[in-house]
Amino acid sequence: MGELNTEPAIDAPDDFYAELLAMHEGLSKDESDAINARLILILMNQIADREVLGQAMAAARTPGTV
Amino acid sequence: MNKIFEVPLYPYARVADQDADAPVRHAVIVVGAGPVGLAAAIDLAQAGHQVVVLDDNDKVSWGSRAVCYAKRPLEILDRLGCGQPMVDKGVVWNRGRVFYDEREVYDFDLLPEEGHRRPAFINLQQYYFEQHLVDRARALEADGAPIELRGGNKVASIDAGADRVTLQVETPDGAYTVQADWVIACDGAASPIRAMMGLDFVGRVFEDNFLIADVVMEAGFPTERWFWFDPPFNRGQSALLHKQPDNVWRIDLQLGWDIDKEEEKKPENVIPRLKAMLGEDAQFELEWVSIYTFQCRRMEKFRHGRVLFAGDAAHQVSPFGARGANSGLQDTDNLCWKLGLVMDGKAPESLLDSYDEERIRGADENILNSTRSTDFITPKSDMSRIFRNAVLDLSEHYAFARPLVNSGRLSVPCVYDGSSLNGADALDGGPDRSRPGAPCPDAPLGNGFLLDRLGGGFALLTIDVDAPETIDMHGITSNRVAMSARDDPSGALAERYLGSASGAVYLIRPDQHVAARWPSYDEAAVKAAITSATGRA
Repeated sequence: MGELNTEPAIDAPDDFYAELLAMHEGLSKDESDAINARLILILMNQIADREVLGQAMAAARTPGTV
Repeated sequence: MNKIFEVPLYPYARVADQDADAPVRHAVIVVGAGPVGLAAAIDLAQAGHQVVVLDDNDKVSWGSRAVCYAKRPLEILDRLGCGQPMVDKGVVWNRGRVFYDEREVYDFDLLPEEGHRRPAFINLQQYYFEQHLVDRARALEADGAPIELRGGNKVASIDAGADRVTLQVETPDGAYTVQADWVIACDGAASPIRAMMGLDFVGRVFEDNFLIADVVMEAGFPTERWFWFDPPFNRGQSALLHKQPDNVWRIDLQLGWDIDKEEEKKPENVIPRLKAMLGEDAQFELEWVSIYTFQCRRMEKFRHGRVLFAGDAAHQVSPFGARGANSGLQDTDNLCWKLGLVMDGKAPESLLDSYDEERIRGADENILNSTRSTDFITPKSDMSRIFRNAVLDLSEHYAFARPLVNSGRLSVPCVYDGSSLNGADALDGGPDRSRPGAPCPDAPLGNGFLLDRLGGGFALLTIDVDAPETIDMHGITSNRVAMSARDDPSGALAERYLGSASGAVYLIRPDQHVAARWPSYDEAAVKAAITSATGRA
């Protein structure tokens, strides 16, 4: 069982962030919501570890709890 | 030609009870001649217990209603002597297809495990199911078993006393009073018995309506389960197509909450919906149309003194996953042997409390599973719909998303983990699936199957271990079922009961759930397990 990593881990953070926003460019709110949901599911499957997922959900819902 | 559900199968006939000076007392009265009530009556009668079934109707149910019967209930029916005609008549299916919007997103195979006598599921109209049960009850009656079916007998009041239950029964000839030591209430989701006793029935109501239609057609659809999310012919809703015997197709269309039920049921409104689904040129005839809403709820307790509730009367689930009639049969499978032992004075009345314990666990599991299916099929918030649609979109391209698609989970029997009836789990290396509390997995034995050999009493299954042929305890005889590697050509018996052990002894309850298991025979240990399994511990 792993533990949620809350330390910086992504290379070139500005590039990554721009890429994330670009994914939503020109889309309606509904289209963006759908993409976000698909992205969450894809990433969660990649993580797979239920303990880490649980911590991530808790951290997302109430930042600072994990 | 008259349809089977138009013919009275157990028409009202006057009985001696109605002319008796004092109320006649029976051992067991079952209220309700649906699948669950009939199964209870057959189970008791074939064990020699006197049983009377009362039903205000006199025919099998109209329309297909409960349509999918799972493997474990079919195994229970084998024990009740009527599994074969059901499987012969039923439609076996393994493949399911899931559609989303205008496209098929994936298909799946149930991939039933080899080496079981019964398939994972059959589709069969409830009226056939009931008819086969009535046939079995009649055959038992003809053989002298103490079973009696009284149609046109409506229970009007119930007085549940400490030592007996008194019922007022209305008939076309007027009312009469009758008594029983025990009453099993199998009178359905709207259970009049439950209402007359003022008992709770709490849970969650789902605000949705489903149109069900039985359609007779010569169609080229394969024998598969097709499920649509948000199809063009039923926008924003779901739909299900299932094949039944006699070219009858079962169609369920979700309609939403704010509808006029009477309007929606009219053929002039139903037929255009079906044509949109089946194609403008489809030639079909409507056999039955109904609209249902559903609840997920259960009684707080299924046993109320001498009145025992079973099936929909005790618990109700959404239809997704076929857990209604299937779980009702598991209720009576759990109850009848216990009631039999109590009536014979071979177990304390408190054994019946384990019916509550075990079947409430089963009901909660079914409610949880069917509620989750319902929440997937009919999302209750914008965000749950967004995620549902994301899962469906991804499932078309990526296998990882497919296990998240939930159009109903396969009905599987409950494992009674932690039940007060369970004994030792002393078989090191024994498979998890046959641990105490689990239903016995079937296994092929050369020219037969294991479950048929276990029968309907306590059994001592030994695999390559010596033990006495019978064990008597508390007046209960456990019969040995002796197996060895020679009886296991496929290796399934070893895989399902030995694991890494070289031999095993299993004490198996009359409902074919494992009570306890050991690596070798120890008389004191087996007797202690029988004591536990009969509620004496």
